[in-house]
Amino acid sequence: MIAPLAFVIGLSMAKEAIENWHRFMQDMKVNMRKLRVHSGEGVFSLKPWMNIRVGDVVKVEKDQFFPADLLLLSSSYEDGICYVETMNLDGETNLKVKRSLESTLFLDDDSAFKDFNGTIKCEDPNPNLYTFVGNLEYERQVYPLDPSQILLRDSKLRNTGHVYGVVIFSGHDSKVMQNGTKSPSKRSTIEKQMDKIIYVLFTLLVLISLISSTGFAIKTKTQTPSLWYLQVEAHDDDARLYDPTNASLSGFYHLITALILYGYLIPISLYVSIELVKVLQAVFINQDLNMYDEETGTPAQARTSNLNEELGMVDTILSDKTGTLTCNQMDFLKCSIAGVPYGIRSSEVELAAANQMAMDLEGHVGHFVRSSGQNGQEIELEAVTASKDSSGTLIKGFSFDDNRLMNGNWVQEANPDVMLLFFRVLALCHTAIPEFNEETDSYSYEAESPDEGAFLVAAREFGFEFCRRTQSSIFVRERDPSSQEFVEREFKLLNLLDFTSKRKRMSVIVQDETGQILLLCKGADSIIFDRLSKSGRIFEEATTKHLNDYGEAGLRTLALAYKKLEESEYISWNEEFIKAKTSIGGDREAMLERVSDMMEKDLILVGATAVEDKLQQGVPQCIDKLAQAGLKIWLLTGDKMETAINIGFACSLLRQGMKQICISTNVDMLNQDSKKAVKENIELQITNAYQMIKLEKDPHAAFALIIDGKTLTYALEEDLKHQFLNLAIDCASVICCRVSPKQKAMVTRLVKEGTGKTTLAIGDGANDVGMIQEADIGVGISGVEGMQAVMASDFAIAQFRFLERLLVVHGHWCYKRIAQMICYFFYKNIAFGLTLFYFEAFTGFSGQSVYNDWYMLLFNVVLTSLPVIALGVFEQDVSSEICLQFPALYQQGPKNLFFDWYRIFGWMGNGLYCSLIVFFLNIIIFYDQAFRAGGQTADMTVLGTAMFTCVIYAVNCQIALTMSHFTWIQHFLIGFSIVAWYVFLILYGMMPPELSGNAYRIFVEALAPAPLFWLTTILVTIACNLPYLAHISFQRSFSPMDHHVIQEIKYYKKDVEDRHMWTRERSKARQETKIGFTARVDAKIRQFRQMLQKKSSVLSPRVALAATRT
Amino acid sequence: MDHKNAKKPSYSRFSQQELPAWKPILTPGWVIASFITIGALFVPIGLLAWSASDNVVEISDRYDEACVPDDFNSNAESFIQNPDTKKTCIRNLKVPKKLVAPIFVYYQLENFYQNHRRFVKSKSDKQLRNPEDENDLHSCYPEANTADNKPIVPCGLIAWSLFNDTYKLSTRGKQITIDKKGIAWKSDTKAKFGSNVYPKNFQKEGLIGGAALDESIPLSEQEDLMVWMRTAALPKFRKLYGRIETDIEAHDTIKVEIENNYNTYKFGGRKKLVLSTTTWIGGKNDFVGVAYVSVGGICLFLAINFILLYVFRPRRLGDPSYLSWNRHPIN
Repeated sequence: MIAPLAFVIGLSMAKEAIENWHRFMQDMKVNMRKLRVHSGEGVFSLKPWMNIRVGDVVKVEKDQFFPADLLLLSSSYEDGICYVETMNLDGETNLKVKRSLESTLFLDDDSAFKDFNGTIKCEDPNPNLYTFVGNLEYERQVYPLDPSQILLRDSKLRNTGHVYGVVIFSGHDSKVMQNGTKSPSKRSTIEKQMDKIIYVLFTLLVLISLISSTGFAIKTKTQTPSLWYLQVEAHDDDARLYDPTNASLSGFYHLITALILYGYLIPISLYVSIELVKVLQAVFINQDLNMYDEETGTPAQARTSNLNEELGMVDTILSDKTGTLTCNQMDFLKCSIAGVPYGIRSSEVELAAANQMAMDLEGHVGHFVRSSGQNGQEIELEAVTASKDSSGTLIKGFSFDDNRLMNGNWVQEANPDVMLLFFRVLALCHTAIPEFNEETDSYSYEAESPDEGAFLVAAREFGFEFCRRTQSSIFVRERDPSSQEFVEREFKLLNLLDFTSKRKRMSVIVQDETGQILLLCKGADSIIFDRLSKSGRIFEEATTKHLNDYGEAGLRTLALAYKKLEESEYISWNEEFIKAKTSIGGDREAMLERVSDMMEKDLILVGATAVEDKLQQGVPQCIDKLAQAGLKIWLLTGDKMETAINIGFACSLLRQGMKQICISTNVDMLNQDSKKAVKENIELQITNAYQMIKLEKDPHAAFALIIDGKTLTYALEEDLKHQFLNLAIDCASVICCRVSPKQKAMVTRLVKEGTGKTTLAIGDGANDVGMIQEADIGVGISGVEGMQAVMASDFAIAQFRFLERLLVVHGHWCYKRIAQMICYFFYKNIAFGLTLFYFEAFTGFSGQSVYNDWYMLLFNVVLTSLPVIALGVFEQDVSSEICLQFPALYQQGPKNLFFDWYRIFGWMGNGLYCSLIVFFLNIIIFYDQAFRAGGQTADMTVLGTAMFTCVIYAVNCQIALTMSHFTWIQHFLIGFSIVAWYVFLILYGMMPPELSGNAYRIFVEALAPAPLFWLTTILVTIACNLPYLAHISFQRSFSPMDHHVIQEIKYYKKDVEDRHMWTRERSKARQETKIGFTARVDAKIRQFRQMLQKKSSVLSPRVALAATRT
Repeated sequence: MDHKNAKKPSYSRFSQQELPAWKPILTPGWVIASFITIGALFVPIGLLAWSASDNVVEISDRYDEACVPDDFNSNAESFIQNPDTKKTCIRNLKVPKKLVAPIFVYYQLENFYQNHRRFVKSKSDKQLRNPEDENDLHSCYPEANTADNKPIVPCGLIAWSLFNDTYKLSTRGKQITIDKKGIAWKSDTKAKFGSNVYPKNFQKEGLIGGAALDESIPLSEQEDLMVWMRTAALPKFRKLYGRIETDIEAHDTIKVEIENNYNTYKFGGRKKLVLSTTTWIGGKNDFVGVAYVSVGGICLFLAINFILLYVFRPRRLGDPSYLSWNRHPIN
């Protein structure tokens, strides 16, 4: 009893130890990273990260991570600025500018630190990423510090040669670490439910042990004194166990005996088997070539094997955006200039939708199109040119394809002067720095945001190559459209009006070589359209239409505009601007904004751009499949709302015609009103939206909830969060933007605890660690820089699209395997364990077992464990292709069809039945009569061995009935289990009688020659399995489950013979999805159908019939 | 393999879970065929076993009450414990059908817990086999040694409580020989009980349990002991007493002279004498036949039911209309 328990615990401990060791090694890798630290006398030497202390002065080079929270002292730039990438903190990809104090600017050299001495006083460590309170005392002066001087750990130095900084918070005190949540130990739903079953079984165990010991006490008291052959009144050591004068004590001793004897009811070996099975399942996940990413060379990795089956039960996926769904690469794809759309290449979303459309038209709406003849052309409008590989080399950031604009052809278009302006806006309105690349003989750009980079690349390709920037000028090499010669033009940069998330626009004021002053502006379409002059609205209508199309195609759009300025007009404005800029005090910002506002109006629209935020490979398809599998997908991103909505469109989480519910807080409201008022306002918004959904009649109506981080702070408070959750559950998609890492974790917890369903969080950066740890399953994207997400995760995959296979194939399999395995285990142990109990009743509850000790020991170890492990590792109800073709099958997991109490008790009942059959048939057959022609009667060993043989047969045949997938391994292991029993019996019988006791030569001499033994084995085996066989036959015949039908279709190769049916079923198998491009296509088709219906009521009734069918 | 692809899993059908597999499905054809097959096999086997059991002739006679003289009726225990009372008792058994040799003579005890834990382990296999191990007594208490610490061979409660009723059979005034040889398993006589181990200090002092053993006969020839020491599984059991190698005609009367020594009166146990012939399935065992016929019958019944169900409510195999999304249409 102790040995197997120790073995189990030891095994688990060893497994945990190995996993911990790996984690330790990964931690060490980070800890051992080297960094230059001031070691005194102006000398900087390399030190590992782990030895960095608060107060150390460190020098961080370009593209290095900050090892701790630093105070920026100076940088390689003269003005002490540096660029920081905070992707790991908030998922944002644009660079942030940090600026050192003026007083520390002189520390621009290693040697400057020789005599540097200062004191920093600051707040205690806290998790707030965006605040910092403190001051620097230097040379008896006190300088206040603010967040713009703080470089946070896990962010990265970009576009800056090096910086000097002093460590403020290190290690666990750093803000990022403070943001981290304790990594919880996770257990799967099935395991938690299994615990409950164990409680049930334990109760049963205690119950029957109590029955036994009570029975024993009564028997001891009343009966044993008369059983003279037991000599209970003797005074040997054992006699006190049977002492009639102290029966209650004997009963108590017996309770312990009984607990040990019936211990077989609690399958300790189940834990060993499950651990083993899960490790093997994890190996299969790791080995899956379909989840291996060729580009980065990373295979999928199951980092813990505890949660395999949980993968099959996921209900909600919470996903990060940047790096998970998108590659963080922008591609210039389309533009609209002077009201004319350019760019013939389609976005991935359009392509995916077009493919789906084509498939559907072939499939279930095939005859609908044919019969609707003249209306066919309307559907053709949807046709999309898939010209992915038409034009030669791919340029990073530029997927534009349209000959009308390329190679200077644009001069032939209708409005060449507008076009020229369009290109100039692209080439001039930015803050990027060019870098000459010797290899490609062209410029590449270090831009603040990837869109800006894409614009510059586009401008370069159109023949407006931005090549140099000085303090006051921007140089562009323009290709003359007629001569194809390059001319370098200088534009004097007069002013630059920055982009901020509040302004949502950026402008530059430049003076060209002719002396003309121009304001060039780009910004969000709504903002620009508000600022157009009356004469500047010529293209507004056409451009708006194009912007909508682009938005629907999942593209990120900006509108471009310009204005010509008179010199005098500019000079008077500039004076005001300089005044505002040099003013000191709190209203500086407001003044600047007012002045900028004055300038950015009466603009003239030139066009719009559409940039594709490049999704990772296969993301729309994957999301579509996951949506079909009935999974809900929430997008949690640190990005701004516009970007998030764009990506929502790109991934088909949003679509045109979906009602967007935006819950937000007004900025002004925040400033003025009390917290309470804000909260009431949010509550009102939530209630209204909820009412709206409830009142919606159209079954196809879909809602999307979009909420930002600030609002979320209130919505996640105790009294509001359930209302918020209820609203969110009713929406087809939920997008949370501007959320902090902590909020991500809180949202995850809300979903997990509020709905009680399984959640999966997927992310790639350090900002996702919280939610990865909080969710039931955390998935990290591996193969990128920064390992934090992967280290916190339970599974690591290289690409988002592998999630489909991980869930729909491996999750589905593992769920079913583990569920069936556990059910079977309980069955087997009940079937076996209860026979021991029944026998007790016949031995005066004395604790004698009918089986030899060795039989019992081997039962769980060798004789019945291997087939069930094979079931747990190899079973496949349907092949992986079918899992992928019918994502709807996945719903069997979240609905928990294979591990509900009905099924569990069914199996337990089967075990009970089996134990009764095995025991009583054997007893009745063997108890008194001779069992052989030789007249010998059966003793306890013969009966026990016969009974045990029946158990072995019954449970091994049972598992053969349970399996539906037999490779040679299953055949072998089931066969082996049965053969092993006979082999053991023969070998055991050959051992000298001192060891084998009454089992000496039992099989060879007593049992094998007796026909009755064989007859009993067959009879009991069949009788045990008959009800189960009848049950599954009946169930399969009259209420088959989905996988049964699909197995049959495959078995009879119907999918090959009747392709039409197969395609139709595949498209019908979609769950009621409202997201994903399939839903988008469906919505489109519905739209057509409604249009058709209107027309057909005029045309012919036949068409109407056809249209309403399917 | 270059460095980049160093972690690439290697392809094998095993690692990709693509091993060729047999994927049987339970089609109606299979279901009906297997039920009919089982039924068709089980019913005849059952009938065979039944007829075999029917051929067995068994005579059983309960004698524990009848062999207590009337004046001890109220106190059978004192009768059996009194060494001076006359224990011999005559019973007459009618033979309903001809008993064909070999006829097996059994004694049957009821309510005797040979399977009690205290009882089962109270023996020493080592001691029974090897004279050097006569001191291997740890499992034998309280019947391990005598008052002066000499080991008892065979030790333990099982041997000590050896059954000691004896039967003498005669018919038509002629003695029927009961062959007491060959009633134990070969493995017992050959291996488990030593031919050089002789009973020692057995039933000599203290409480006297059951039969005494002849100290001049080695244990390997004490077959009654061997039979007794194979403890029975249930409190009602039968053990082989001997074998009769001559036929006994029908309607004969067998006169049995019983030496009624064994005390079952204290715990209300019953004693029976059983004469039985055997066939290939052993003794009289109607249950096996009945069970086979019943299980076979149930299978045939199920098969008929399934056939009827398929006739009246057929489901085309792989019929997609049974898929959940077609049964509960979404739209």
